[in-house]
Amino acid sequence: MADIAAPAYRVIPIIPVLKPGAMEGKGPFIASDKIQEAIGFPGQLVEDWHDRAIAKMGDLLGKYRSLKVYMDACVHCGACSDKCHYFIGTQDPKNMPVARQDLMRSVYRRYFTWPGKLFPWLVGARDLTREVLDEWHNYFHQCSECRRCSVFCPYGIDTAEVTMAAREILDSVGYGQKYSNEIIGKVHKIGNNLGLPAPALRDTLEGLEEDVKEATGIDVRFPMDVKGAEVLLITPSADFFAEPHIDSLIGYAKVFHATGTSWTLSSMSSEAANFGMFIGNYEQLRKIALRIRQAALELGVKRIVVGECGHAWRVAYSFWNTLSGVGDGADETDQFAMMLQKQLDHRYKQPMHICEFTWDMIGQGALSFDKEANDKHIITFHDSCNVARGSSMGGYPGGQFDIPRNIIKAVANNFVEMSPATTHERTFCCGGGGGVLTDDLLDLRVKGALPRMEVLQQVKDEHGVNFMACICAICKAQFTKVMPIYGFDRKMVGGVHQLVSNAIKLGAK
Amino acid sequence: MSTLFAILLYLATLVFVVGLAYRVNAYARTPAPLKIPTTPAPNTTGGVVLRMSREVLFFESLFKANLWTWGLGWLFHASLALVLLRHLRYFIEPVWTWVALIQPFGMYAGITMLLGVAGLWGRRIFVERIRYISTPSDHLMLALFMVIALSGLTMTFAAHTDVISVKGFMLGLMYFDWQVLPASIALYAHLLMVAVLLMIFPVSKLLHAPGVFFSPSRNQADNPREKRHIAAWAKQLESEN
Repeated sequence: MADIAAPAYRVIPIIPVLKPGAMEGKGPFIASDKIQEAIGFPGQLVEDWHDRAIAKMGDLLGKYRSLKVYMDACVHCGACSDKCHYFIGTQDPKNMPVARQDLMRSVYRRYFTWPGKLFPWLVGARDLTREVLDEWHNYFHQCSECRRCSVFCPYGIDTAEVTMAAREILDSVGYGQKYSNEIIGKVHKIGNNLGLPAPALRDTLEGLEEDVKEATGIDVRFPMDVKGAEVLLITPSADFFAEPHIDSLIGYAKVFHATGTSWTLSSMSSEAANFGMFIGNYEQLRKIALRIRQAALELGVKRIVVGECGHAWRVAYSFWNTLSGVGDGADETDQFAMMLQKQLDHRYKQPMHICEFTWDMIGQGALSFDKEANDKHIITFHDSCNVARGSSMGGYPGGQFDIPRNIIKAVANNFVEMSPATTHERTFCCGGGGGVLTDDLLDLRVKGALPRMEVLQQVKDEHGVNFMACICAICKAQFTKVMPIYGFDRKMVGGVHQLVSNAIKLGAK
Repeated sequence: MSTLFAILLYLATLVFVVGLAYRVNAYARTPAPLKIPTTPAPNTTGGVVLRMSREVLFFESLFKANLWTWGLGWLFHASLALVLLRHLRYFIEPVWTWVALIQPFGMYAGITMLLGVAGLWGRRIFVERIRYISTPSDHLMLALFMVIALSGLTMTFAAHTDVISVKGFMLGLMYFDWQVLPASIALYAHLLMVAVLLMIFPVSKLLHAPGVFFSPSRNQADNPREKRHIAAWAKQLESEN
């Protein structure tokens, strides 16, 4: 890995010239049979993979309107062609969103449309060969499902939906990705992506209580498995031990402490992340989400709050109500959902983002801050893709952009925006989302970070920015890894609640 | 020749209507199991109607993406719409007032439509990225529109056709009282290409026209926390355990 270098910044952010084949290769590590079988997929590439893959594609076309419409609707206008961070960073034309979709669309046309069956050469249709399957494994793992292309598409075609379908097909024929599938196995077995068992988790939390006591002199609790608590906090497991994630966990605990909110974590359900989304498998997505439902029912909580994690917030905000009934507005006859929805307190949004929680409390005057504590930081904010383009906050369009920024401005004095072409719904992915946060894809991750690094460099040079806040565990992990390769200090990255933690006044109010 | 064209146009219309109905029905019946609107997503159905209107009438997303493609694409589509409306006069008697009023605009729209197609084709040929993603059918589609526009403009501005007879032919088709089609190469080319266009519509990228209305990332209201959204096949999973 020593030979991985950062690509040069573009002088002006021009559209790069094409370098066909630049990212050809074998793709990420393939899941072993043990990993595959643990989550119900064939252990190895099955004998009749061709027929099974086509059958699976037909199945998905019947289950997902998105896929069906997106396979037909593209006119090759090229609106998306320069929007993907992986294309910008790698210059490989197959990383243009439209070209990535066409890897599947070409097969769709061959097997599911008349022109493709009769005149494949005319409409760019092709047989599903072993080479095509290998190409899928490679290039559908060079997409972080960030949906930036979908913002610009005149028909809203979302490459993430296509990538998810492709990965689902690959899994169904025994050609899975090691990283994502191994992690999914861990969630089912232990309760979180990192494989932290309950005793280790308890130790960590006790250690945190001591650390905070030492630093502030205040007894801030990190409760676990407390029945009858008001709030169940579901947070990415990276928050329990990774840097800088853990500083945000301390921030949440301080907010709960300062507002007198009774809260708890769950040892059985100690993970907000849901890699079922990354592999596009509804059953896995649902099964992982059900752990949270189960924890909420067992602990009898009134509210569910989600920590700083991008895709987890998309799953929680957009999908939980569908998957597990965490939300509001189910039919009276919908027993599955009503069972939980009757228990939850609907004066509050269910689920709620920790930023919504904190911002509400700031609005009520329940929190006070010593903003000077953050004066050493000149802060900018990186919108995480799944929060920016796949969810919202505050119950109004754009709340997901305002609320984290409002919090930062409430707890710190120096805030600077990055170029508007790279924030809000136009934000660039960190380069590590959607199931590619693995060292076997480090080259891709470094190159994919290029557009964000360019504008970060800009605000660093112009405004002396030395802290980039974000609300995503993957962004935090990805940036701490790749930023040193671009010449930045890895400590420049941190969570919004890390800043809250620095400035919050505990005890006396 | 009149009989041939009569049969061709009946056939083309049949393929177009049945094929399109089949596709639209398939889109409508395929469930969207998850809420996936793309930001900026409105919270309400009214908001979705507004968003879709902006998308369909002004190509809002494309405007954000690329000004050249937007300008040429919008010019082409707006011109095409005007031209189509202008052509209503061949199918109605008496001609509605507003259709009569737009006739002069419709004529020039034929020219701007041609400019739009030419510009889009130029982009497809000269921009490396767009050339890379183009298939032969993408080029042929533009060629088709170009022939339709050129043959139409020829009849309007150069070799005039007996439009009264053309109208008689069209009305005859509609009321099953067949008339003679004037002999004209430009007219034959025009009608033949229009028939081809109608027939490939339900099996080609022209499906973007109905498709946009069914795109979940554009047509869903962003209210997943307020209202439980669940597809029938997904609901089934709940009774299984």
